[in-house]
Amino acid sequence: MQSINLTLEVWRQKSRNEPGRFVTYQTGPVSSDLSFLEMLDIVNEQLILADDEPIVFDHDCREGICGMCGAVVNGHAHGPEAATTLCQLHLRHFKDGDTIVIEPFRARAFPLIKDLVVDRSAFDNIIAAGGYISVNTGSAPEANSIPIPMPTAEQALDAAECIGCGACVAACPNAAAMLFTGARISHLALLPQGHPERTLRARAMLNKMDSEGFGNCRNERDCELACPKSISIRNIARFNREVIRALIRADD
Amino acid sequence: MPLDPKIPKGPLATKWDTHRFHCRLVSPANRRKYEIIVVGAGLAGASASATLAELGYRVKTFCLQDSPRRAHSIAAQGGINAAKNYRNDGDSIHRLFYDTIKGGDFRAREANVYRLAQISNQIIDHCVAQGVPFAREYGGLLANRSFGGAQVSRTFYARGQTGQQLLLGAYGALMRQVNTGSVTIMPRREMMDLVVIDGRARGIITRNLITGEFETHAAHAVVLATGGYGNIYCLSTNAMASNASAIWRAYKRGAALANPSFVQIHPTCIPVHGEAQSKLTLMSESLRNDGRVWVPRKPGDSRPPSEIPTEDRDYFLETQYPAFGNLVPRDVASRNAKQQCDAGKGVGDTGRAVYLDFHDPILRQGQEAVERKYGNLFQMYEKITGQDPRRTPMMIYPAVHYTMGGLWVDYNLMTTTPGLYALGEANFSDHGANRLGASALMQGLADGYFIVPITIGDELAQADLPEISTDSPEFNAAVAASTSRQEQLLGIKGNRTVLDFHRQLGHLLWENCGMAKNAADLQNALAMIPELRDEFHRNLKVPGTGQDLNQQLERAGRVADFLEFAEVMVRDALTREESCGCHFRSEYQTDDHEALRNDRDFNHVSVWHFNGEGVEPTLEKEPLLYDSVEPSQRSYK
Ligand SMILES: Cc1cc2nc3c(=O)[nH]c(=O)nc-3n(C[C@H](O)[C@H](O)[C@H](O)COP(=O)(O)OP(=O)(O)OC[C@H]3O[C@@H](n4cnc5c(N)ncnc54)[C@H](O)[C@@H]3O)c2cc1C
Ligand code: FES
Repeated sequence: MQSINLTLEVWRQKSRNEPGRFVTYQTGPVSSDLSFLEMLDIVNEQLILADDEPIVFDHDCREGICGMCGAVVNGHAHGPEAATTLCQLHLRHFKDGDTIVIEPFRARAFPLIKDLVVDRSAFDNIIAAGGYISVNTGSAPEANSIPIPMPTAEQALDAAECIGCGACVAACPNAAAMLFTGARISHLALLPQGHPERTLRARAMLNKMDSEGFGNCRNERDCELACPKSISIRNIARFNREVIRALIRADD
Repeated sequence: MPLDPKIPKGPLATKWDTHRFHCRLVSPANRRKYEIIVVGAGLAGASASATLAELGYRVKTFCLQDSPRRAHSIAAQGGINAAKNYRNDGDSIHRLFYDTIKGGDFRAREANVYRLAQISNQIIDHCVAQGVPFAREYGGLLANRSFGGAQVSRTFYARGQTGQQLLLGAYGALMRQVNTGSVTIMPRREMMDLVVIDGRARGIITRNLITGEFETHAAHAVVLATGGYGNIYCLSTNAMASNASAIWRAYKRGAALANPSFVQIHPTCIPVHGEAQSKLTLMSESLRNDGRVWVPRKPGDSRPPSEIPTEDRDYFLETQYPAFGNLVPRDVASRNAKQQCDAGKGVGDTGRAVYLDFHDPILRQGQEAVERKYGNLFQMYEKITGQDPRRTPMMIYPAVHYTMGGLWVDYNLMTTTPGLYALGEANFSDHGANRLGASALMQGLADGYFIVPITIGDELAQADLPEISTDSPEFNAAVAASTSRQEQLLGIKGNRTVLDFHRQLGHLLWENCGMAKNAADLQNALAMIPELRDEFHRNLKVPGTGQDLNQQLERAGRVADFLEFAEVMVRDALTREESCGCHFRSEYQTDDHEALRNDRDFNHVSVWHFNGEGVEPTLEKEPLLYDSVEPSQRSYK
């Protein structure tokens, strides 16, 4: 364990309607074993005791799976470590004396709520438009009645690992949601259970993505690099194929 | 009136079928007239909301997070049990039932557990149909792994993120109903109170976490699926927002609590590293399938693990429990790890850790096979600790993980308050004094997909449900109470932060009401909790106001409730003068340090009723009747 001192430049904004600005904080000595969010906890404790308002940031599981946390750290969504959510980023990746710039995920479709917290309900709306297999409870066939080749199941799971954090949108110069949407589409399109609805699903989710205000994909690949779960842009290719397939099958 | 668990008559195997046949039905056309509130969007809440909406009820679903997909269920790693017997290794519904009852140390209801085992297979069918990408064999059929407390291989899994995949399935089903307009989701809402009118749950008060507004919601029935309260210990494997507040509010409005002290301490978690730590990370129990647990034979042996030869290692679970080895149930594994550390054989900087070693399985099965099963867990471990478990053994230590206690429910999952249901980890129903691995996901989904959608209709069909308004005295009083609680917290303006108090409470409980308890420590805790609570209400410092997003205020409310809940938890532990499962009272142990039950005096569920502020709660006992199994001293040797 090592003790380091950091300077933070944090985006503070009381609400959408008020202007925001960067404010500088000193962490004082903190253990390099701490997680990034634990470091923010410490800063917040100091702020509260100094009669200041603590920094508001979203988080919950703190183990990289719920997708609740996220901020842009030194220009990178979830910080500079590859394949790592902000909550799983540890201070051992920073040096004593470093300055760290922390700001919210910025995208038209993710309006700011307060400080580092943004509204990502557009993602829920995309899923509601068709990101599921329509099966009512009670109507399922026996689980082993449809064998699925192991590599197919594994690929579906690779796509299904998406945690819906929004880093892909924040990292994209066009604030597109293609990686998020493509991951869900791929997961379901790869599985035989997802086939009956694939045409409807691709169309509905594409339309919703557009109407929620996400931009267009220009193959910048920044999303894949920022993704804490390493979701591959092959899912975008598969999404595009599904959309083309849906266009050809105008009748179903 | 004494508690009636409403267990259907007849043989165990046909109770659920018979009961469903006798349940009254609400006609499809009438279901639209009923509005149901579901608080919680984890596996239990999302599955219940989706299924109720599929049936035609109007549903409103609330959660704390910005999206229902982020409920704490998402973090479940290892798997979900079902009695499919795909391995042909002797599994059956009866065996899953028996293992679960035995794992719970004979402190759960037979009828509930049997039903759970029966439903388990339908859950797997349903999840596969939803597109949950479970692990498969090369032939394309579903794969299984083993979990603690079982000698058969019945756990279905999706790498180390089974909870995520199951929750995304349930979330998809939920969002499909949002799309049809049958479900309204209310994210970033916290339930502040339950509204009871004429003895029946008729609504809730919520706080909009963004605007701070108190909102009123009326309904014909209220379902709580708000998860467990393990965070009462401050450090636990639970998500940061996990809380006791929803069930505590329900308790204070008349719903009874059952076995609040039954808390599971999970053996395989990343050890505590320092004061500023905010949570403990679980390393899935599935790792014990292959990983071998050991400590140095000699106390104080400070050699690095690679330099300790086999003869100087103690594989203590394998030697003491040859039949189950590393796969003994959690309570047994946790206690043994603690005993080793207490004896000075713990490893790591703090001496509060044991090794979990993958050297042998990697040699035997190859790196790739081991990686496929545990790759993401290894990565997670490496991220947190900076060490690679492929090269050096993991260090693990027990941590608070799951609460078997919760709101008392009858066979229909209804609490003692009519119209109020509790599902998932929020109820006490199926795990007795210790939950087996991979059984919580099963229970949450059984409750939500298959049980409550049937039983709620039966009750609604016969209930007297006059029209109510959210402008009634009951709603107004509940809003006033919530407002004044909030103002009180904001008005203290003391000198200590809520995190500071939470840590102190957690420490107090871990030391006095943790892995091993005794009467003196529990008495001590019972004296200290009210003192801490008084200080909290005199010296807490909450910044900001109640009019916007204020995370400190949210946490303050939850810790205020934990400070009250703690007392009933400790009281429960104190009055249960026996050891069973996770509830280990040092005074009651066998010669070889196993939990010593006292079936004559304690073969019951401890049910606590609220009697008003500052008044001791009443303890009522629901006797447990065993017709099909013979409670025995658990043995995993
Ligand atoms: C790290 C970890 C790993 C696990 N692994 C496994 C496993 O492999 N197998 C297994 O079977 N079990 C496992 N468990 C246990 C299992 O995950 C949980 O018991 C289960 O998921 C709980 O589901 P639930 O639906 O009851 O509650 P949760 O998923 O906790 O959901 C609670 C919901 O209630 C909402 N809520 C809570 N309070 C309020 C309030 N006051 N107002 C409004 N909304 C509220 C939350 O927002 C959330 O939506 C694991 C648990 C942990 C911590
Ligand atoms: S807090 Fe859950 S992913 Fe970071």
